[in-house]
Amino acid sequence: MKTLKIKELSKNFGTTEVLRKINLEIDEGNFLVLLGPSGCGKSTLLNIIAGLETINEGNVFIDDYNVSKVEPKDRNIAMVFQSYALYPSMNVRENMIFGLKQAKTSKEKIEEQLEKVSKFLQVDQLLERKPSQLSGGQRQRVAIGRALVREPRIFLFDEPLSNLDAKLRVEMRREIKKLHQQLKTTVVYVTHDQTEAMSLGTNIAIMNHGVIQQNDTPENIYNKPSNTFVADFIGSPSMNLIKGNLKENSGDIFFVASGSNLEVPIKDYDFKDKSNLNNKEVFFGIRPEHIFFKKLHETYFEITLRADLSEYIGHEQIVTFDYANQEVLAKFSSTIKIELAKEIRLYFDLTQASLFDAQTQERI
Amino acid sequence: MQDSLQSTYKQLEQKSKYTNIFLRWFLYFILILFASYFIFPLYVMIVTSLKTMEEIRQGTLLTWPSALNFDSWAVAWGGRGYGAGDTFLKPYFWNSIKMVVPAVFFSTFIGAMAGYVLTKWRFKGDKWVFLFLLFGCFIPYQAILLPMARTLGVLGISNSVIGLVLVHTVYGIPFTTLFFRNFYVSIPTELVKAARIDGAGFFKIFFKILLPISAPIIVVTVIWQFTQIWNDFLFGSTFSFGEAAPIQVALNNMVLSSTSVKEYNVDMASAIIAGIPTLIVYVLAGKYFIRGLTSGAVKG
Repeated sequence: MKTLKIKELSKNFGTTEVLRKINLEIDEGNFLVLLGPSGCGKSTLLNIIAGLETINEGNVFIDDYNVSKVEPKDRNIAMVFQSYALYPSMNVRENMIFGLKQAKTSKEKIEEQLEKVSKFLQVDQLLERKPSQLSGGQRQRVAIGRALVREPRIFLFDEPLSNLDAKLRVEMRREIKKLHQQLKTTVVYVTHDQTEAMSLGTNIAIMNHGVIQQNDTPENIYNKPSNTFVADFIGSPSMNLIKGNLKENSGDIFFVASGSNLEVPIKDYDFKDKSNLNNKEVFFGIRPEHIFFKKLHETYFEITLRADLSEYIGHEQIVTFDYANQEVLAKFSSTIKIELAKEIRLYFDLTQASLFDAQTQERI
Repeated sequence: MQDSLQSTYKQLEQKSKYTNIFLRWFLYFILILFASYFIFPLYVMIVTSLKTMEEIRQGTLLTWPSALNFDSWAVAWGGRGYGAGDTFLKPYFWNSIKMVVPAVFFSTFIGAMAGYVLTKWRFKGDKWVFLFLLFGCFIPYQAILLPMARTLGVLGISNSVIGLVLVHTVYGIPFTTLFFRNFYVSIPTELVKAARIDGAGFFKIFFKILLPISAPIIVVTVIWQFTQIWNDFLFGSTFSFGEAAPIQVALNNMVLSSTSVKEYNVDMASAIIAGIPTLIVYVLAGKYFIRGLTSGAVKG
């Protein structure tokens, strides 16, 4: 039994297609993050799961029960919003128990839940305050509390940390992670922040233009992006995508960048399909953090590139190199001195490289 | 070098100081001028209402009354006490109150509901509905007189306070809807979504969540509607006569149809009485209006 299952779901607003044939499944206790640029349909998908938005095609199942036509309040879900959406005229207590009161829960049960949750989230001192008298972090906590008291099957989070300042965001992120570890409730979490997605999710579904690009564990999303969109979207700075061709030479495969003669050996790469690789147009993908200044390992591939630009950002620096007229970014510790406009010897960790078909943009 | 620079700065400082002083005085002068321009008619009205007819004939507009004499106020409010032809404001004042209170209440309430639906429960064609309502704001009073007279006749409520309540409510809805719609647009729809997940329905969301935070716009709407309806003359004079007329119509009858002598003091007192309720609403509600605006309970 899957806690949440979405089948062949499509949604349009008028003539604009927002979601196209979405299929998703979440196991009990998992933390699924919907990640993508703004306008990719992730929030619409969340609203559909909540029942706040109608469906054009397809179905949503909660615990194998088709809830496509069920009212939001009867779906056994709770939602935390970006703007907190606390009722301004009610104090914290009234905000938190509003849902339970609507559901005609007994007074004793309400009090019990309220006490448990407010203690747990450390908002028990704030119960008589109005939302306008709370700080951003406190409001966020109350909003989570309002969701918690209902003991839902699924938690829905809609960019809950976007309104907080950078420091508080990191704190609240850890708290949400802790919360999930303790409660083990199923979560669907929408964000456009990849750090949030990586640190929180047990699964990440990356969306673009209403289509799920890749749905996988954070490790696989980072290490084995399924297409150039995912490769480019995840990581900061994003993965270098170097255009070139594959060469097959007596069983060994090499990558040759456009405008260069250097043959980069592709060994131990897990090709999906080994046929027709010779002369294939590809993007060679390598992350800036997988380019090294020192040969730390036998297998590293040595290459000499010209350094053009260095951006100092405190603990590290991002250096732009020229590779046959294509820009390649590398991340080094800021203690390393790089001389600009000079050829520098670098080492690529080829075990971390990815290859994409230049036509289809898909991983090969 | 250093010294010459210093003295240049000193000169500049002096210069800007004089300019500032001059501008400040100029500003006060302009402000006082405009303020007296606006206060002048009110001054004339109050002063005249306190004079006797004798004093009015002898003095100028601006002279003070010799004594505080409220006789003309009493006459304006309660009449002279003889039978036929004695028009005074008291009964019509209550007519107006009976008309204004329900009309303001219903038009504000309906406008709030309509604004809520138009912003938080979007439906197919809602833009058109809003457009037509907006169009209602631009229909001149005169254009609806005949159809409205016919409607009131069919309903059997012409020449009654109820009829006037209906007219003002209907005519007010476009404005009140516009006010509430623009207010509710600025309130995050996530609030409604959260309430729906919490299990609140259409009316509960309106009464429990939105209405309690609508104080600022309710005050604006009430001020607007109260002023409009209280000061209306055209609808009042068209759809009512005699006993059922509102105060503005009675005021007109009093001033225009009085006997041979023009009693300016009584006219002025009547005009002030007819204007007092709107002033009170401004003074009382205006305070809450500012309070409502500054409480800022909605936005995070």
